[in-house]
Amino acid sequence: MKVTLKLNGVETVGDVEPRTSLGDFIREHERLTGTHLGCEHGVCGACTVLIDGRPMRSCLMLAVSADGREVRTVEGYEGDAVMTAIRRFFKECHALQCGFCTPGMLATAYDIANRLPHADRARIRMELSGNLCRCTGYLGIIDAIEKSLDHIHGTDRRTRKEAS
Amino acid sequence: MKPAGFDYARPGSLDEALRLLGDNAGRGRLLAGGQSLGPMLNLRLATPELVIDIGRLRELQRVETTDGALVIGAGVCHADIEDGRVPDAAGGMLRRVAAGIAYRAVRNRGTIGGSLAHADPAADWPPVMIALGAELDIASARGRRRIPAADFATGVLATVLEPDEMIEAIRIPRAANAPRWGHYKIAAKPGDFAESLAVVVIHKNGAVAQAVLAGRSQVPIVLSETGRAIAGIRAWSSDQHAAIATGLDADLAQHGVDAQFSPEDRAIHLACVSRAAREAIAS
Repeated sequence: MKVTLKLNGVETVGDVEPRTSLGDFIREHERLTGTHLGCEHGVCGACTVLIDGRPMRSCLMLAVSADGREVRTVEGYEGDAVMTAIRRFFKECHALQCGFCTPGMLATAYDIANRLPHADRARIRMELSGNLCRCTGYLGIIDAIEKSLDHIHGTDRRTRKEAS
Repeated sequence: MKPAGFDYARPGSLDEALRLLGDNAGRGRLLAGGQSLGPMLNLRLATPELVIDIGRLRELQRVETTDGALVIGAGVCHADIEDGRVPDAAGGMLRRVAAGIAYRAVRNRGTIGGSLAHADPAADWPPVMIALGAELDIASARGRRRIPAADFATGVLATVLEPDEMIEAIRIPRAANAPRWGHYKIAAKPGDFAESLAVVVIHKNGAVAQAVLAGRSQVPIVLSETGRAIAGIRAWSSDQHAAIATGLDADLAQHGVDAQFSPEDRAIHLACVSRAAREAIAS
């Protein structure tokens, strides 16, 4: 079946079986191997990509269902200030080791940074419950996201919320 | 971990979807958000010949407030409820419940109708809709019918839906007085399916309480005795916990599920129901 979607800003046309997941389409057809498929049943979060700006599981979406949508993978953040900050703090805080979970972690962190500017550590933890990491023990990831939020939204981001 | 092959159709209207479903009764499966069917396809627990994608049907995205009810289209996703883009007919409970379903990436796709139709015994929406006295609008090419949410699930992943039917919308009655409510979920980790999930809704200034329990039974259990006990409580004290324990034991025995629960299961359910009741009473 023909599928047409915008992949990291590029109009992309593919010919896929209906059963092909969006994640497999991204990796096998478009050779963007930054997106990692882990559990393939929606639990581990490694395959998370942005679809029309919202994080979603690319293992649970059929490529044909993504027809006409805008898909953003880990390769698609060139020049994005928010993602640049998140990546810097992931590096500084040792928020990755093997890197398998990292593309999904970054997509989730990007969503937190844009949707929840006031998030505290407890909220960050809660939001990360859908992304499994088997290397870091999560503390580095939580540190990195907290520092990213401080950097992007200001260190007074939480008190400003309480004042408003 | 890849699905078996299937044909795919994405009808452009609800009528067309219902026609397709009717013409392929028994061999077609509906795909909305795909957060339940997706894993089942990947694990080959489901091997439909035809997948009918209803994820974009505008008719299923509608949200309406009528005189008596809030009507939520079956295709509305959990995140839209979590974020308050859907009016909350239950004084904030819908938002709370939606926020506790799986993970944000799942809530951005998964739909309220899909969750109900999947009828997982540990799912979040079924006990909530039963406690709120909701009704489900069921559609097929043959016509429409409306049934109480309490009569919908018949077992694990089993419902009263005929092979050619789908949920079109959920109707939540709007009470004259905003209901007081409590909701508690015990799970291995945030976002996991519930070990125990209790919902308590108190109507009519405290005269009527509806308590529903889900998690380890085949279908959600309406706790009539527990509800009566809760309705009589004016303020919380440790005595109330004992009254709820008595009510819960009576309800579990009446539903014939007491023997299947271990003492640990019972303790988890009691803690869950008690916390939901306490929240509702205090609200």
